[in-house]
Amino acid sequence: MAYQRVAIVGAGITKFVRRAQETGKELAAQASKMALESCGMTMDDIESVSLGTAPDAFDGVHMKGEYLSDGSGGWRKPYMRQFVGGGTGVFAPIHGWYHVASGMFDTCLVVCSEKMSSCHPHPQGAFKTIFDHTTEQPLNPTLIWIFALEMNRFMQTYGITKEEIALVSVKNKKNAMDHPAAQLPMEITVEDVMNSETLAWPVNRLDISPASDGAAAIVLASEHVAKRITDKPVWIDGVGWNLDTAYWATRDLYYPRYVEKAARMAYDMAGIKEPKREIEIAEPYDPFDYKELHHMEGLLLADRGEAVQMLLDGKTQRDGDRPMCPSGGALGVGNPISATGLMKIIEIFLQLRGEAGKRQVPGNPRCGLAQAWGDLMQVGTVVVMRR
Amino acid sequence: MELEKFELGATPLKDSAIKEGKVLTVAKKPNLKYAWDNGPAIGRYLAELKEGRIIARKCNKCRRIMIPPRMFCELCWRPTDEWVYVEDTGTVNTFSICYVNWDASRIKKGEKPHLPAVIEIDGASPGMGILHVLGEVEPEKIKIGMKVRAVWKKPEEREGSITDILYFKPVRG
Repeated sequence: MAYQRVAIVGAGITKFVRRAQETGKELAAQASKMALESCGMTMDDIESVSLGTAPDAFDGVHMKGEYLSDGSGGWRKPYMRQFVGGGTGVFAPIHGWYHVASGMFDTCLVVCSEKMSSCHPHPQGAFKTIFDHTTEQPLNPTLIWIFALEMNRFMQTYGITKEEIALVSVKNKKNAMDHPAAQLPMEITVEDVMNSETLAWPVNRLDISPASDGAAAIVLASEHVAKRITDKPVWIDGVGWNLDTAYWATRDLYYPRYVEKAARMAYDMAGIKEPKREIEIAEPYDPFDYKELHHMEGLLLADRGEAVQMLLDGKTQRDGDRPMCPSGGALGVGNPISATGLMKIIEIFLQLRGEAGKRQVPGNPRCGLAQAWGDLMQVGTVVVMRR
Repeated sequence: MELEKFELGATPLKDSAIKEGKVLTVAKKPNLKYAWDNGPAIGRYLAELKEGRIIARKCNKCRRIMIPPRMFCELCWRPTDEWVYVEDTGTVNTFSICYVNWDASRIKKGEKPHLPAVIEIDGASPGMGILHVLGEVEPEKIKIGMKVRAVWKKPEEREGSITDILYFKPVRG
């Protein structure tokens, strides 16, 4: 397949906060401005814009893509909004990659902006309508149900305990203490997680990422442009995404087959034969703590049922053999849905450039991965990056 | 670039600032109403629920008996072929004990927790489950693999809805 090589050359992010004074447009503009400044570019250099943002119901603004376009530099530009639920933050850069890889454009600004706090009493309520309107909504489901059901199935299949899974939350919230955008950085223990409020057994409050406002942005450029902008481009070498059936109760939840399909697509493109050996650092999507383990297995970074052992052995710590969520992840940095996925892309970008500050993992990693997940537990989105 | 060298945007608002009126907000409660049509597959499913029966659709290519029923097989991508009645019993595939309502409010003191479960229905293909709730069971006694049976509303109270099944309860013995 003939396509232009695409690099990430700049990145920007706002703080992730429970409720921001700024509007979604303003957050988008703040992150975009920082991304352009980080690589010495201006909006005039941007040929196309890819915007990611999650359900319109959060903001109560229909056509949210168009609403956010001004803050994202979309004025009189080829502009496109991406949306696959929680998978959006890694889906938007995949679309940006296409814009540049196709040869249609040499630059693309990818922006993800989210304002969840506008929805009252809680953005959870907006999630009810993702369930089937006839066969499921009359049962009054909450989003936490599907996580609780999936987590229970995952635990039962492999004999994993809640205490073991809580270690993911402990690790990620601690990692977030070194992230300047973090909303929930904290040093906690497994006991703290176990003693936090039970929301939907087996899910406790500290197993879950928070609702957040925030934005993130990256600048993509074709090879010949990237090399003029920076001597440290980070290449997007593989992209993949995959969608499973929306009849979610009719497939076994213990294993995310669609994440594996997405990962294999990205690995094939990047020429990765042994992901466990070649992917040195990863940001799997962690809206709930068990999801990090679930996704490590789907991403083929751990054998089925074995991710928990890597965690217990300390291999997924920042100074471990295979660091997972060195940023602090959704659990620690916060979870403004679409911006979270892009935050993960930015973390791998910084880590591969050796610019992650106190969060920097040792060993000068050359190859990393960011992944997001969403819709009705059915979409996986994956980007493989190398320096 | 390092994030630490930038002044990051987003100004956190405190709840107190909103309560004290220091931040002006505009509130709006949309009053939208929807009436969803259900098509031939789910339409028949609801009609049969009203009669106290559960019906599925079969694909004669992959031979799956699917519930909820659908007019097309998403695996074979072809029309399904037959209506098949299945049992109102099944097996708990996974479950939760939930203290939170749909809007994230907490259940009231003394209220029983919600008991959502995925139930694999007997007579449908293995692994074919539906989302429903459990009842007449102590939460701590629920187990994955437990056999359960539907508890129906009285015939005169049924309206052609998934809630015509009140809940699934354990099958004794």
